[in-house]
Formats: sequence, C-alpha cells, structure tokens
Amino acid sequence: MEILYRIRSRLVSNLDMPLLGITALLMLAGLATVFSATYDANNRALSQLVNMAVGLAVMWGVAQFPPQKLMRFAVPLYVVGVILLVLVFLVGIKVNGARRWLSLGFMRIQPSEILKIAMPLMLAWYFQKYEAALKLRHYCVAGLLLIVPFGLIAKQPDLGTAILVGAAGFYVIFFAGLPWKVIIGMITAGAGAAPFVWTVLHDYQRKRILTLIDPSTDPLGSGYHIIQSTIAIGSGGIFGKGWLEGTQTHLEFIPERHTDFIFAVFSEERGLIGCTILAILYLLLIARGLMITANASTLFARVLGGSITLSFFTYAFVNMGMVSGILPVVGVPLPFMSYGGTALVTLFLGLGILMSIQSHRMLVKK
Amino acid sequence: MRHRFAYPLSSQDSELDRFRFRIAFAAGAVLLSFLLLIGRFIYLQIVQHDYYVTRAEDNRISLVPIPPNRGVIVDRNGVILARNYSAFTLEITPSKVDDLEATIDGLSTIIEIQAKDRRRFKKLMEESKSFESLPIRTRLNDQDVARFAANRYRFPGVEVKARLFRQYPLGSLASHALGYINRINKTDLADIERNDQEANYRGTDHIGKTGLEKSYEFQLHGETGYEEVEIDAGGRAVRSLSRTPPVSGNNLTLTLDVKLQEIAEKAFGDRRGALVALEPSTGGLLALVSTPTFDPNLFVDGIRTEDWEQLNASGDRPMINRALNGAYPPGSTFKPFMALAALESGKRTPSQAIADPGFFNFGGHTFRDDKKGGHGLVDMYKSIVQSCDTYYYMLANDMGIDLIARFMGQIGLGQRTGIDIEGESEGVLPSPEWKKRRFKRPEQQKWFAGETISIGIGQGYNAYTPIQLAQATAALANNGVMYRPHLVKYITDTKSGEKTMIEPKPIRTLTWKQQNIDTIKKAMVGVNREGTGARAFAGAEYTSGGKTGTAQVFSLKGSDYKAGKLKQELRDHALFIAFAPAEDPKIAVAVLVENGGFGAQSAAPIARMVFDYYLLGKQPKGPAKEDENAEEEE
Repeated sequence: MEILYRIRSRLVSNLDMPLLGITALLMLAGLATVFSATYDANNRALSQLVNMAVGLAVMWGVAQFPPQKLMRFAVPLYVVGVILLVLVFLVGIKVNGARRWLSLGFMRIQPSEILKIAMPLMLAWYFQKYEAALKLRHYCVAGLLLIVPFGLIAKQPDLGTAILVGAAGFYVIFFAGLPWKVIIGMITAGAGAAPFVWTVLHDYQRKRILTLIDPSTDPLGSGYHIIQSTIAIGSGGIFGKGWLEGTQTHLEFIPERHTDFIFAVFSEERGLIGCTILAILYLLLIARGLMITANASTLFARVLGGSITLSFFTYAFVNMGMVSGILPVVGVPLPFMSYGGTALVTLFLGLGILMSIQSHRMLVKK
Repeated sequence: MRHRFAYPLSSQDSELDRFRFRIAFAAGAVLLSFLLLIGRFIYLQIVQHDYYVTRAEDNRISLVPIPPNRGVIVDRNGVILARNYSAFTLEITPSKVDDLEATIDGLSTIIEIQAKDRRRFKKLMEESKSFESLPIRTRLNDQDVARFAANRYRFPGVEVKARLFRQYPLGSLASHALGYINRINKTDLADIERNDQEANYRGTDHIGKTGLEKSYEFQLHGETGYEEVEIDAGGRAVRSLSRTPPVSGNNLTLTLDVKLQEIAEKAFGDRRGALVALEPSTGGLLALVSTPTFDPNLFVDGIRTEDWEQLNASGDRPMINRALNGAYPPGSTFKPFMALAALESGKRTPSQAIADPGFFNFGGHTFRDDKKGGHGLVDMYKSIVQSCDTYYYMLANDMGIDLIARFMGQIGLGQRTGIDIEGESEGVLPSPEWKKRRFKRPEQQKWFAGETISIGIGQGYNAYTPIQLAQATAALANNGVMYRPHLVKYITDTKSGEKTMIEPKPIRTLTWKQQNIDTIKKAMVGVNREGTGARAFAGAEYTSGGKTGTAQVFSLKGSDYKAGKLKQELRDHALFIAFAPAEDPKIAVAVLVENGGFGAQSAAPIARMVFDYYLLGKQPKGPAKEDENAEEEE
C-alpha cells in the first residue's frame, strides 16, 4: 500500500488537478464531437483518443522538468526551428499553393508547429537573461526574434500559424513589461499601416477578409465555409439538434468539420447551452493558467506561463470567432476539440509547462 | 536602481505588482472577448434562429421532380402510333464541368462517342440553359452503364440517367399528323409560362413541336410528381422524405385509320402531294397524308445535324404539311361548288344549257376551253361530267364575284378549318375585299370583272388547302351539315379512365335545297361513271361521286399543254375530290399530287385505292399508277 501510494503520488504530484480536470472535460466534449463529425465515413474518434494519450504523456513528462531546465531548450529549439523554416522556404513541399512542409524522406514535418512553443520559450529565456536591466533595445531585439519566424511562416503562406506564433511571442514581450506607450503606438501605427498590409496580402487572404464582411458575395467560393458554419450554429438554437443529429454536419455541408470547423458541429448539435458551457470551460482554463502565472517565481516562468495561457485564449477565440463569422477564416484549430495530433501535442506541451511552473514554484522561491 | 528605463522599478515586489496588473488586464481582455463571442452565439442561435433553421432545411431538402409518362397516341382501332420506352442516357451538365472537351475525350475512352454525338451535343448546348444536363450519348446498353459506373468518380458533372423516350413505332407513317417532340427551347418556355405550367414542366425537357404532339401537349404531358429528398452537400440524395407520384398524360385515340393512312401514303409512291380523307358525318379524319414524310423518331433525342440538313435541303421539303399548309388553286374541283351556288342563287337551273364554242370572250380577252371546238350543248350535268370551262366562264360572269365569294366562304374555303393541329394556312378566297387587303397600291386594289371569269374554273387567285377542299366535299356529301375536321376522337383521362369525345356537334348546317344537292351529287357520280373519273373508277363495286381538277403551275398562254414535254416541276398539280358510297357517304377525300398533271391521270387512282380499302377492305398492289391515257380536261 505504501509503495502504491508513493507511486501514485509520484505520478500525480507534478500535475495540476484543476487544469487537468478542465482539460479532461474539454477532451470529452472534443471526442464526442469528433465522433459525431466523422462516424458517417471514417471515424477518427479512436485515433484522436490515441493522440490525446500521447499528448497526456508529453504533458506528464514536461511537468516533471523544473522550468529552469526548460530554459536550456530555448535557444537550440528556436535556432533549429528557424533553420527548418528557412529550409521550408527553400526546398519545402508545395501543397495547395502553400509551402509549409518539409520532407524528411520517411515523413513530413511542419516546422512552423515547433515555433509555437520555441518562440515563447526563446523570448522568455531572453528576457530572463537580461532581467536585471531591461531597456528599449531589449524589446527591439525581442521584436526582431519574433518577426523573423513570423515573416517566414506568413510567407509560406500560413496566416493562421503565423498569427498564433506572433501572438505567443507578443504575449511574452507584453508580460515582460513592454511599455504601454509603445503598445498604443504600435496599435496606432498598425491601423495606419493597414492599407499597406492589404497590398501585401495574398489574394486568397484578401478574399477571406472580404467574404467575412459579406459572405454572400461568393456563396460557392470562399464565402461557403462561413455561410455553412453560421447556418449550422444558428440552426442549433438554444438546445441544439442533439448529438449525431446535426443535418449540416451529417449531410456534409460543413467543410473540415472534424478539424478547424468542429465548433460548427458542436454548436449545431449542442446549441447555445453547449456553446456557453464550452466558453466557460475555456475561461476557467485560462483563469487557472493566469493564476498559476501570477504566482510564478521567476520572470521566465511568468512570461512563459502568461504567453502559453493567452495562446490557449488566442486559439479558442480566433477559432470560434472565425467559425461564427466575426473573424476571417484562418487555419486555427479549436484547442482540445479539433482533430489532429500535432496541434494536440503542442497544446499538451503548453499544459505541461504550466503544470511544471505550478509544481516547482516553491522550489524556485527557496 | 537597476531599472532606468521608462518604468524604473523600485523593488522586486512592485515589478510583480506591475506584472499582476498586466495579468489582470489580460484576464479582462479575455473575458470581454468571450462575452463578445457569447453575444454572437446569442445573436445567431436565438435572434436569427428561425432564419438559419430555414436555411438549413433549404440546404437539406430538395424537391426532385418526377416527370410523368407522356400519353400514348393510338389510332381508331387501337394501333399504337406514339409511345414511350425507358433507356439510359449519358448526360453532362456543362456548368459543372471545367473542361468540356477533356471530359468528353475522357468519356470516349470508356463509352463510344462518335463525332456525330459531339456535334449534336454542341447543338444542344447552344439551344439550352447551361445548368441543364444534356445527353452526350443516348440508349446506353448495360455494359456501357456498368463501365461508366466504375469510372464515375473521374467525371464530376457527368451522370447516367434513366429517361423515358418517345417512340413512334410506325416510323414515318402519319408523321405529319402526329408531329414530334424535341427539347424545350425559349419559344416553348414562353408557351409554358403563358399556360401557367412552369411548375408542371420542372423536370420535363421535351415538348411537342408539331402536329398532335404540339396541339395536345398539355393533355399528353401529364402531372409532374415530386419527391422530397434529403440531399448532402454534394447534391446526392441521401434518403427520400416523401413522394407525390406523377400522373401520366392522357391518351389520345384518333379518328385516323392507320391502315388506310398507310395505303394512302403508299399510293403516292415517291410523288409529292397530300390527301385528306374524312368521315362526312363526324368530320373525323380517316387519313391525313402529306408526302414526302419524315421519321419523327429522328427528333426525339435531338436530331443529328446531318439529318436535319438533309430534311431541309431536300427540294421536296418533307417537313411541310401540304395538307394543311399548301394552298393550291382548286382547278375544276371548284366546279361542283360553283354549280351548287348557281342553283341555290337561282342563276341556273339544272337543265338550262349553253352552246359551247370552245371559248368565251370577255372584254377583248378570249378564255379558252381545253376542248377545241367546244363541248357543244352543255347543261349542268354535262358541265361537271365533262368539266366544261366555257359553262363556268359564263356562270362566273353571271354570278359576279361577291356571290361566289359569299357561297364559297360558307363552305369553309379560304378559312382555317380549325383542325386540331396548329399551323394551318388560310388559303385565298378571292373577293374585292380580299384584293383591297392584299395589295397596297390603289391600281392593284381594284377588282376587274375579267378576273371573275377564271375564278369560275377554280383558277386565278383561288388558293385552298387540301383540308379545306376535303371539308367542302364532306359538307356536300353530308347534305350541308358541316363538321370541323379533327384527328382526335376522344381523350382518355388516365386517372379516372373517363373519355372526352371531341367535337360530336356540327359547326354549321347549310340550308341547301336537297333537290339541288342531289343534282350536284348525281353529276359527280356521273364523273366517275362516264366522265373524267370513269377510267379510274372502272369496275368499282360501289357508287362514288368525284371531280377531277388541274391546277396550273405554269401559265401557257393559249398554246397547247403537252405534259410529257414539260419538265416535271412545271407540270400542273393534279387534284381530285370524291365521296363514296354516293347514297350514304362514309368517306370524302381531297387528293392533290404536285406536278401530277391531270387530276384524272394521277390523283383519281389514289382516291380509288383509298375507297377500295375503306369500303371493301381491298389491299392495293404497289402505288397508284399514273393513267397515261386519262382524258384531258380544261
């Protein structure tokens, strides 16, 4: 008994139960929805369960490391990530007009995924390094570290991932104390530069923004996704059509219904009540993450934890926003709901880091 | 201290406070963002819920029209003239296909597609709406269907459909009466809209173009059924929700006797012409012939370009229904009606005779009789039996154009008969009023008394369709009781089985004196017994009345007409009107043979064959022969 107890305590001691509990509920909802979205043809629920198991293992593993040890990975991971991005730019595989993949002969990898973690890790490491004397130039250097991979990913083009990576990096800089004046200045400059950005955007990106403003201009083209997903959400009503009962889903009107548009499936079948519960679960997840971050002991842990937590927010908000038609369509999955191994592992990696920060806060303080 | 930048921190704690403020700020921003999202959900799922439910239902449910079976057409004895059969077609929806050429090339590797199929498809595309699916191949066999099914994924926008095709099992027989169906074009669409039938024609892509197929289109079509199906985003039907079955079109039973029709058509051989045979007591058409004919089956799945060109390029113009659209001078077949008019108006008595010198002088112009030296003393009987022109030159002069026009108008000449096929010609009933309407310049509008003279022998401006002549002959045979000529005897409602008879009532009863009618009939019987029709009706086992006629195609001013020396297309048109049995006429005909020479020579033998079959059941051997020794007339 004693041994069993110790094993158990060893297993769970570094895990944060509130975080795990919320995530478990999200995963359950996700599994049920993936099942509903795919059971007609090629059921992905089981394979998503495997993805989740792998993700949980990664999370558990990462949670065992104290944050200081994670710092060691920051520079190598970032450097390798950027090199791979450059390689993608040079010799990447083109799929559907976008160069996002790198072939390793036996498998393909998507290096931009690495940057989702490498970016906040690198910037957190950088700020930790200069913690004692942060000056404007440090923020400038951080900005530069951010902009290079961001640019490479946006160039692929993969606006969704670029936004996620850019946001993760920005959150680090924000929590590291980027002066409000600079933030306000950037927002003003950004608004001023919007017309210029418009000219730089790819045609398909512009189209997505235009169809967001009025999806009916292109009902069978790029407006189709938004029109069909808003029909799914709206027709769900307060209580939803019931699990496996969504007509938009099962008659295949919703494109990419088990991945990026899984929220349309969920809200069609679960209605406003389901949507609200889901939103609350994400809010709780973020709240718990911010609590952990607020109590973290080092600058590194704080900015990293804050960035990871807000990344969860970005994922959830951008995804639900695009599916419900208030944000342009960018390829962002819904955290713990959308089908897909890579994204899930990245998310669990973030969770693991948060748990590591939480469980090692005392150690560091001493 | 260490921080000299914008926010110099005095202590570690104040740095933590600033950090926690930013955490709180972020939390606030997150909360706001989520409230915005929930606001959006409330808007979509409560405020706009009904709208999106409708949209989702519209997405999901599709009404698929089920076209009805087109009504069947049978002759008076139940012989099928038009029916339907089911066959598979390979169809392309051009709007769903990116590269049409490549698609057709690809299809031709699994299913035989000939150059003519491609040409027809191109023609169909030009004529149709782009969202329609159009056949590239019709009548696929089971192997073709299976091969395509295995390769279907390669050809989006291409599908195999089971369709009902119209079939005319007797081919070209009675094609001018039946007409044909073909794909709906813009004119037809306007027609459908005018009749408020758009909903009923959803799913229908063929429509009657000519003949009975056109005039009874809305009877034959039937009621389109609907199936409510649940469809997926690809438009594939997932399951059926409800079904309203179609109601087949009504069947037509014709007055036509197809055996008689066949005999009449064959009697023409390869000559151009028309024949209308009808039942005097009802107006029902027993045969409606216009030669040459065409095969209506050619049109059903879109006529091939070369077939269409061949039909149009032919100098014989097989697409023209000569019985209804051809207007010809009636020639001497006009004479019995002139004689009847004379009796009715009191301008002549039967026994009143004239001395015929072989010509008639009027206003310095000589009108010739074709018999040199004349017919001698001619009374009414002889004037018809021997077809004496001089008698009628004089009669016309005595009657005047107004009286002639009034009488001929009464028996339907120069007016559409109202037969149940569209596109009938009016013909020309000459009168001073007609001339005023017809010509623009005042000097042309005036009626000259000299023009009345040649009207008397059925020449001049006179021009009537064979159906008008047949109707007039039937009116005479039926003692003045006129019926509208019609082809459909009754319509059978497929739902109730109820039969609707067509036109059992006379349209007009002319109050002629029976004595006068008998005089004319007797003279017409004389024609076939001892006059111009006698050779054609030699040995007939029934009595018949007839009148030969010749319509001038080429004006030979005063010189002799030698048929053999003229080119065929310059020969006169031969005409013959007749009825039999004379005592109680069961059949009346008008026969026209274009460039057939004399009526007695080529038209009367055809009428004989028709009568022999209809009254005695005699089968002829081969087409009617031209009678080279027929007595000349006019």
